[in-house]
This record gives sequence, C-alpha cells and structure tokens, in this order.
Amino acid sequence: MLQVVMFNLTNGLIVGAFYVLMALGLSMIINLSNVVNFAHGNFLALGGYFAFTLTPYIGFWGALLVSPILTAVFGYVIEQLMIKHVYARNHIYSLLLTFGLGFIVQDICRYIWGPSPLPLGIPDILSTPLTPDLFFITWYRVFMVVVVIVAVSGLFAFLRFTRVGMRIRAGTLDLDTVSALGVNVAALRSYNFAVGSYLAGLAGVLAAGQIGLNPNMGDDLIMPSFIAIIVGGVGSLTGTLLGGLLIGVAAALTTVVMPSASEAVIYVIMAIVLLLRPRGLLGEEGMLS
Amino acid sequence: MVAQFGSLTTGRRRLLKAGAVIGGLQVASPFIIKARGETPVKIGFIDPITGSLSALAVTEVEAAKWTVEHINKTGGILGRPVELLVEDSANDTGTGVQKAHKLIERDNVDVILGDVNSGIAYAIMGVTAEKGILHIVPGGHTDPITGTDCKWNTYRTCNTTAMDTSAISGELIKRFGKKWFFITPDYAYGKTLQANFIKKLVAAGGEYQAELLPIATADFSATLIKAKAYKPNVLLNNMGGSAQINCMKQFLQFGMAKDMALGGALFEIEAVRSVPKEAQAGWWCMEWYWNNPSVPAVKTFVDAISPVIGKKPTARHWMAYVSVHAFKMAAEKAKSLKGIDMAHAMADMELPPEISLMPGKIRYRAGDHQLMSNIHIGQMHPAEGDPDNLFTIESTVTGEEAAGSVESTGCKMVFPS
Amino acid sequence: MNGLTVNKYATTAIIWILLLTAPFWLPLLGGYTALAGRVLVFALAAMSFNMLLGFTGVMSFGHAAYFGLGAYGCGLFLKFVAASTPLAILAGTLLGGVAGTLFGLLLVRRRGVYFAMVTIAFGQVCFYIAYKWDDFTGGYDGLRGFVRAPLDFGLFKIDITNNANAFYFFIVTIFGLAAAAQAFILRSPFGRTMLAIRENERRARFLGLPIERHIWLSFSISCFFTALAGSLYALLNNFADPLGLNYIMSGNIVMITVMGGMRSFWGPLVGAVLFVMLQDYVSSMTTNWMFFVGLTFVCVVLFFPRGLMGMLQKGART
Repeated sequence: MLQVVMFNLTNGLIVGAFYVLMALGLSMIINLSNVVNFAHGNFLALGGYFAFTLTPYIGFWGALLVSPILTAVFGYVIEQLMIKHVYARNHIYSLLLTFGLGFIVQDICRYIWGPSPLPLGIPDILSTPLTPDLFFITWYRVFMVVVVIVAVSGLFAFLRFTRVGMRIRAGTLDLDTVSALGVNVAALRSYNFAVGSYLAGLAGVLAAGQIGLNPNMGDDLIMPSFIAIIVGGVGSLTGTLLGGLLIGVAAALTTVVMPSASEAVIYVIMAIVLLLRPRGLLGEEGMLS
Repeated sequence: MVAQFGSLTTGRRRLLKAGAVIGGLQVASPFIIKARGETPVKIGFIDPITGSLSALAVTEVEAAKWTVEHINKTGGILGRPVELLVEDSANDTGTGVQKAHKLIERDNVDVILGDVNSGIAYAIMGVTAEKGILHIVPGGHTDPITGTDCKWNTYRTCNTTAMDTSAISGELIKRFGKKWFFITPDYAYGKTLQANFIKKLVAAGGEYQAELLPIATADFSATLIKAKAYKPNVLLNNMGGSAQINCMKQFLQFGMAKDMALGGALFEIEAVRSVPKEAQAGWWCMEWYWNNPSVPAVKTFVDAISPVIGKKPTARHWMAYVSVHAFKMAAEKAKSLKGIDMAHAMADMELPPEISLMPGKIRYRAGDHQLMSNIHIGQMHPAEGDPDNLFTIESTVTGEEAAGSVESTGCKMVFPS
Repeated sequence: MNGLTVNKYATTAIIWILLLTAPFWLPLLGGYTALAGRVLVFALAAMSFNMLLGFTGVMSFGHAAYFGLGAYGCGLFLKFVAASTPLAILAGTLLGGVAGTLFGLLLVRRRGVYFAMVTIAFGQVCFYIAYKWDDFTGGYDGLRGFVRAPLDFGLFKIDITNNANAFYFFIVTIFGLAAAAQAFILRSPFGRTMLAIRENERRARFLGLPIERHIWLSFSISCFFTALAGSLYALLNNFADPLGLNYIMSGNIVMITVMGGMRSFWGPLVGAVLFVMLQDYVSSMTTNWMFFVGLTFVCVVLFFPRGLMGMLQKGART
C-alpha cells in the first residue's frame, strides 16, 4: 500500500508539473495583460501538431526545440494582429476574442491534420521502463519532469536576471509606473505573450508524446490550468506553480482511494480555496479587485 | 463525382471532400420545387462531423454518399432519384435536435439516419417519433435505443453493447480463463458495457476486479499496477477514444502483455489506424470486416468502394451502407415513403447477402428493431501485407445468439394505432 | 427626445409584429418554426445575461451554468415529479436562480478577470456534476425520458406537445412576460442604481450605495431569468444536455449579447437572430463551420464592438 501511495505521489508530481507548465504560460499573460487566453489549450495542440510534422525531418529532439519556438512566433503574430487591440477595452472583449480564436485554431488543426487522433513518435529509449521493478516509470516520465524543471527554472531566471524579464515582473506589479519610466509597454506585452505561447507549445509537444494528438486536446487541458491559477492566486507565478503541483498530487492521491473521483477533487480544492481564502494561496489582494 | 473521390487519402482531403459533398447538396436543396415525378427521395443524415467522434462520422457520411450515388445509378428508390442531405450535429444534443427539425420541417426528408453519439440519437428519436418519420441509427451503440427506450419508428444497424460483450465474453473465457480485470470509463456507456461483461462472467463462475476511471483519463499507471498485482487472465479495456489508445500503449510499455491477455468490446479500425504499431493488439469484436472470404458479396463491395475512398472500408462504412439500403428496401416493400408503412415493412425484413455482406440470414428483428448481424471475434495486429489488414477473424457469433431474447432487452414495441 | 421615444415604441412594435407572425413568414424564407423557438430561447438567455453585463457592467463568463441548471431542473421535474409544464418551468427557474444567488455570495467582492475566471470554473463544476451523476441526470448521454406536457387550463387544453406553432406561441408569451419584467426592473430605482454602478462604481460607492449587495442582487436576478430561458430550452428539445452547461455555451451567450449590442435592451434579441441563423446556415454549408463562427467572433470584437444595435443607434444620432 505504501508503495502504491509513493508511486501515486510521484505520479501526481509528474501530472502536476505538466499542469504547471501549461498554467504558467496562461498566468503570465493574465498577470501582465489582463487577458485570459481561452485559446491557450489550442496553442498547446498547435505546438504538438508542429512537432508531429517536424519529427520526420529533424527528429523528436529537434522538434522539441523548434515547435515551441514556432508556437511562440504564432502567438506573437496573433498578439500583433488581434489581441493588442483589446487591451484597453472591457475584459469581455479579450475573452470573446480568444474564445473565437480558439475555434479558429482548432478548426485549422482539424483541416490540416485531420479529425483522427495521431501518435507522436518518441525515441525508443524514452518509451522503455527504468528497471523491471519500476516497470511503471518510463524514461519519458522522467524526461517530462526534467524538461518542466528546466523550463520553469529558465523562466524564473529569465524574469529575474534579464532586462525584459525584470520589466515584465515590474509591469505585473505596477504597469502605470513602468510605463511612466519610459518602458515600451506594448512591446513588453508582445514579448510576454510570445513567452506564454512558447510554454504552451512546449507543453503541447510533451503532451503529444504521452497521450497523442487530436484537434480537441486543448479543451481537456485548459480547465485544470484555470484551476491551478485560481487556487494559486491570480498575479503570482509562484502561486500558479504551487497550485498546479497541488491539484496534480491531489488528483493522483485520490486515484488510490477512489479513482473515479480524481477529476472531481480538483474542483473541490478550488471550492475550498474560494471559500476560505478567496484570493488564492499566494494571490495578492490588490490584483483581484 | 466518383472520379473526384479518386486517390484522396489523407484525413484533410477526406474532410475537404466531405465538406464539398455537403456544401454541394445543400445549395441545391431548398427553395426549388421540382415537377412532381422528379421529386427526389430525401435522406437526412445527422452525424457529429466535428467534435471528438468526427473520425467515425466522416467515415459513415462517406459511405452513405457512395451508396446513394450507387443507388441513383441503378434506378433510384421507387423509380425516383435519391438526394442525401447531411447535417453536422457537432456532437451536441441541442444542435442535433435542431438539425432534425430542420431536415424534417424544412427539407421534408423521408428518413433520418444518425447519430454516432447515442445520446444525440436518443434525442433525435424524440423528434422523429413525434413527426412519424422512419429513423435508422447506423452507429450508436447504447442498449436502450433498441431496448427499454425502443420506439416504433426507430431501427438500429450496429450492434448493442450487450451483443458485443456477450459475443466476446464466451471466447475470452474459453481461451484464457475466468479471472478478469476491468478498466472502465465512469459514464453510462462504460458502465453498461462492464455490467454486461460481468453478467456473462459471473454466469460462467468467474471472478473479477474493476476500476472506474474518468472518461478522459490519460494516465493509467496507477490502475495498471493494481491490475498487475491482481494477476488476471484477461484485462478488459472498456475505455473509448484516445483514452482507450493510451491505456493500450501503457499496458504494452509496462510489458504486461506477457502476463495477461488484453481485450474488450470494440476497437474500431479508425482508431487502430492511428495508434503506434505496438498498440495494434488484443482481442476484440469486429462488427464487420472487409476481409471475409466466406461471403463472396463482401469482395464485390470492397472492390467497388475501395478505389473511391482510397482505402479498405470499415465497419462504419458498412453500417451506413446497410442503413441506406435498408431504407430503400423498406420503401420498395411498403411501396410508400410514409414512416409508419416503412416501419411496418422493415419488421423482420431479411437482407440479401449483397446488402448484409454477412454470412447467414440477417434481419431487423421485429421485437426490438435491432439488426441481428453476425459478430466477428478476433485479434488485432499490425498491418500484414495490405496496410488495412489489421485484424484476423478467429470466430463468428450469430446476432441472435449474442442478443438473447427480445424480453431480455426490455423493449416493448408499441405502434401507434 | 420626443422623436427618439417614438422611435423606441416603433422598434418595439416592429419586433412584436415580427415575432407574433414568425410561423407564417419564416418558412417562406427557408426557415422553420423550431428555429424561431431556438432564437427566442437564446435571446432570453442573452437579455438576462445583459442585465448584468450591459446594465450593471459586471462580466460573467459562466452563465451556461444557470441556463443548464434551468434545463435540468425543468426536465427532472417533468420526469420525476409531475407532468405539468408551468410547474416544471418554475422548478427549473428556481434551481438555476437559487444556485446563482448562492454562488453570487462568493463572488461579489471579485472583479475583472478574476470574476470571469471564477464564474467559468463554477460553470464547469455544474457541467461536471451533470456529467458524472449518471443515475439522476443521465450523465454524458443527457437527461431524456420527459416530454413537455399539454397546458391544462381546466376548461380547455392547449396542445404544445405536438403542435409546433402552439408551442412557439407559448414561448413567445413567456418571452414577452420576461422581457416586460426585465424592462420594469431596469426602469425601477434599482435599475437606475445598476446603471450608476456601471458608469462609475467608485462614485456610486461614495454616494453610500451598498455596491456589493446591488451587484449580488443583479447577478441573482440575471441568473433567475437565464434559468427561465434554460427551462424553455429543455422543453424545446425535450432533452437536457450536459453540454448546455459547458463554457462553450457561456461563450455563445456572451457572443449573442455583444453581437446584437450590449447597451441596447433589444440588442441580444437581434444578436440571437444573427447568431442562430449564422450557425444554422454555415454548419449546413461547410464542415469547417467552427472556423467561420470563430472568425465572426474575432471580427465582431475587432471591428463591431458595439454590436448591430449599437451601430444603428449611433447612426441614428449623428
């Protein structure tokens, strides 16, 4: 029994790490631009599909590097074409805009790659188990965790040590002052959106290797990301990190006792957090109202 | 039109083509009142062309389109040309019901076919029964459509889940043993499937353990560990869609195939084609298969349709083909397009082999309006020779044997007086 | 001013004439009566939503929850309690309305993006419950096994079960009553307060208005009306569907409102006509309807944010 619990704990961390990757991109965009990108899940699918198309030419490892960058470029272009025009308006417009955008991206995926699920080939070494005893931990799982750790550390380093990163952090806290200091806020938001899209693309490649591709895959993944952000607290990336891991682990531990409730538990956590600590675990009161 | 189908094989083109077909038909349909003698016979087809079931729906529509072309070339129905109107239910019940109203009230169709999604099929049954229109469900599997909720105007071509589970249970018990482990999605369809399996297994004196999982589960490791510890003879994978595929992939990755057999009710060719080679495995039911030398008509059909669709037909093609032809036969037997006349004509109507594409006598049973078609049991495997040669038939169970008595389905058929 | 008032009455009169005669002219244009019913149901949902968005200035992206709860409440009543259409509508309206009222308590202090995200998440909780609770709600397959019952007035009966036109006029009647009630609320002192909050929340607060309570009340009223629309939806389909609770449905309600014009009382009705016709037409023309519907959303937001009524009003003034 202890072994099963230990295993599920690790498993929960793996699932949680994945939610974190996905939710961090979404969270960054919300924090700086106040835009909830409904199409984030579809950006994720797009990243996976890019990898599917690239793998035959540049291999899985190449696709892992290139597809998130393509997704980031796509995000940047979309931001320039559409999203930047609604920053100044009522939130309802950015929600509707990205909602419609999600439809478009999903349909483009269906149009180009077809409605049937597609597998993303991963290197053989990654699909083998660690050892015969640990038959349930494949190298791919280990690899996913490593990639998430690298990406998250990279993101935090970027935000802490680079000029653009520091400005993004400052802008999250007080956009008016940052703007008054002469920082080009429009450009900052564009970069930020591209970085968020990059994370979605990366999550997409990782998800595709594990669960395959289909045009609707983003729909199933967007809600856990929302909940990770709400639980962690809007405005705090560390909160999102914590929220994602928390719901991942909670879902996995529920699997031990009552597998069919493993989805429900993340909603229960959200309800508890909303009742007891409405701003989220690490949310800042000022960000919310 | 046939030439246009040509060698288009990729998913994208297939969809484009379906789009063109639907678009072309729709433009021609409304507003034009033709001379009475030429008024076409209209078939309305509602299927989830977008959404998670789209791969199956696109296949059905493709075959319905082909069949209608074929019928038009050979004299139509009751001497009149046939027109196929396709509507997308988008895998949404409200939309499906709206489309049924549209096809019946505006386009005056003579029959409704659909939907792959059993929930939508039920909802549409409400509309068709109210309007007295013949309704054929080509590919929605949930039991009550021809069971507790059966209706006088509704016939079903694909099997019930009860038929599929019953057919494969005997085979699995015989070959592997009576200790089973179930992985089942936590919703009505999955639970029905599992309950049907358990009924058979317990009757044979077997034992089991079962785990219910969320429908969109992507990670099965926790459950597979439990399964491995239980040491069953057979692991039954009742999941659907990509969850089913992921469950198979992880089962094989974890090297569990050497410890136990893997099987379940349905693993459709559309899904099998899209999984990695190593996951093309296990014991499954096949509701119809293109490689069946025991019935000569199958080869004739496959040779005719394959060049057009660019691959071998699947059970979904067969379901649509049979459903359209059943409508034609019913109309011609009743010499009428009135729903009630055709519904009476279809009761116990026997399909000739060139339509049923099955060995034996195949009919729509009068008691529950369910097609009593044979069910093939066999093994899935990576393609051998032909890229669509993915399945080997090991045995065949007759529909009557699998379905049990009408009473056991819970259907009480009542025609309007 | 006087001209504008006359104009307003003229608009209302034209709308009612068109609605009451729909079954007669709609088939001539290639429509069908059930489509008109669908337009009215979505219009009512969007008008109810607009009391919150357009007239209080608070944004929710989870109104499908109350719409869907209305549908389930109505269907469950017909299925398990009694075959009475009016009582079923009442049950649905109460279920959705009360759920919204309670949930509103959790929300009123939140604003902006956070408010929207929490409403979405709560909507998904309702979706999830309907989806999971097989035995009671029918789960994934939806709630079936009920039909709208004929209206029994004691002396005579109206068959709304099989007579499509009678059912359409039933929907028009309910729609009319609900619209009148909404107009009454918006004209009341409470309605004026809602507008004051929309225009400047801070100023309204300084004036001593209990902002939170007013927003809560407005949210609650909006949910009751939305649930009423949901009840009618269940009757229209003889079915309740978990997807009716999904955030996609919420998005559609918001879109209808914005497309028609959220600053106009009748805007959502116009939006519903446009939206339902667009969806009906495009989804029959092409399997890539999602692309075109999505493109419409994007274009409306980028180029016509005031909606059709907003543009017409602006045109009339200048």
